[in-house]
Amino acid sequence: MARIVVITSGKGGVGKTTTSAAIATGLALRGHKTAVIDFDVGLRNLDLIMGCERRVVYDFINVINGDANLKQALIRDKRVDNLYILPASQTRDKDALTQEGVEQVLNELSEDFDFIVCDSPAGIERGALMAAYFADEAIVVTNPEVSSVRDSDRILGILASKTRRVEQGGDPIEGRLLLTRYSAERAERGEMLNIEDVGEILAIDLLGVIPESQAVLTASNAGQPVVLDQESDAGQAYLDAVARFLGEECPLRFVDVPKKSLFGRLFKG
Amino acid sequence: MGIFDYFRQPSQKSANVAKERLQIIVARERAARSGPDYLPAMQQELLQVIRKYVQVSDDAVLMNVDREGDCEVLELNITLPDDKD
Repeated sequence: MARIVVITSGKGGVGKTTTSAAIATGLALRGHKTAVIDFDVGLRNLDLIMGCERRVVYDFINVINGDANLKQALIRDKRVDNLYILPASQTRDKDALTQEGVEQVLNELSEDFDFIVCDSPAGIERGALMAAYFADEAIVVTNPEVSSVRDSDRILGILASKTRRVEQGGDPIEGRLLLTRYSAERAERGEMLNIEDVGEILAIDLLGVIPESQAVLTASNAGQPVVLDQESDAGQAYLDAVARFLGEECPLRFVDVPKKSLFGRLFKG
Repeated sequence: MGIFDYFRQPSQKSANVAKERLQIIVARERAARSGPDYLPAMQQELLQVIRKYVQVSDDAVLMNVDREGDCEVLELNITLPDDKD
């Protein structure tokens, strides 16, 4: 049985797809057979971030509709063993994402994968609800910024009530916070919500903090999940988050401002 | 902070403003989603009734449903305008 994890946020542009690609690749690098599914029907982008856009033949909706089987639609990553991508469809018909269809695909994947990472679209429409419905756990991607935090709280409300687990009378799924685009300098100057502020408002466990980093854009330009750039701060921070996700103790990094010399403190603002 | 910053007027940090605003709105939205479905409509109607007698603003009526053991307590908080107006 696979563990199904949804990467969600409510707000768009906070780093869900970057995170889905990074976490899925990180899990595969650790030897776990992992599938990452793009639930953003009509606006697929996971294929670009994973660098497999030219290898897409069939997609998620094709599999649901029976036009192709899973084996035909899954794209095997060329860089990392055990990593597979199921792209979203470009069709504009979002109703094609039926609950029964999604369940069937997840059940079939569950048989021989360890992890299924569901890349949720922004918003609280069908795609987002379907990405979350079957999840065993959630990673809530949040920027230290008011609209992102508010939308994350909204999504936490949905996770608490609209999942299969809850509807079957089980406990709500656990959502953990991944704070992305964090700038320790700006937080220290009081220009940005800090880790404690966001943690206090959302009241969920912290999975990780990803620093604002040029490596993220560079990686997406090249179609490389950022964890493959193991020199980069963001890549390392994501690998730390993967370790914590797997239950390992791992102290936070890239969250403190390097101490300046007295001279620097006096003359640089 | 550089030496010149010490001469600037101290002002409230924007992150603190953000945090306070978020705490208020998030608390309000959580209360709205945990309460019964009729709560928003009831709040609107109450506001209309109150306005027949006193002019109050939209956010003058705060409603909360709290659970205390087996009891549900409906808390209604109306801020009346100052008499001087």
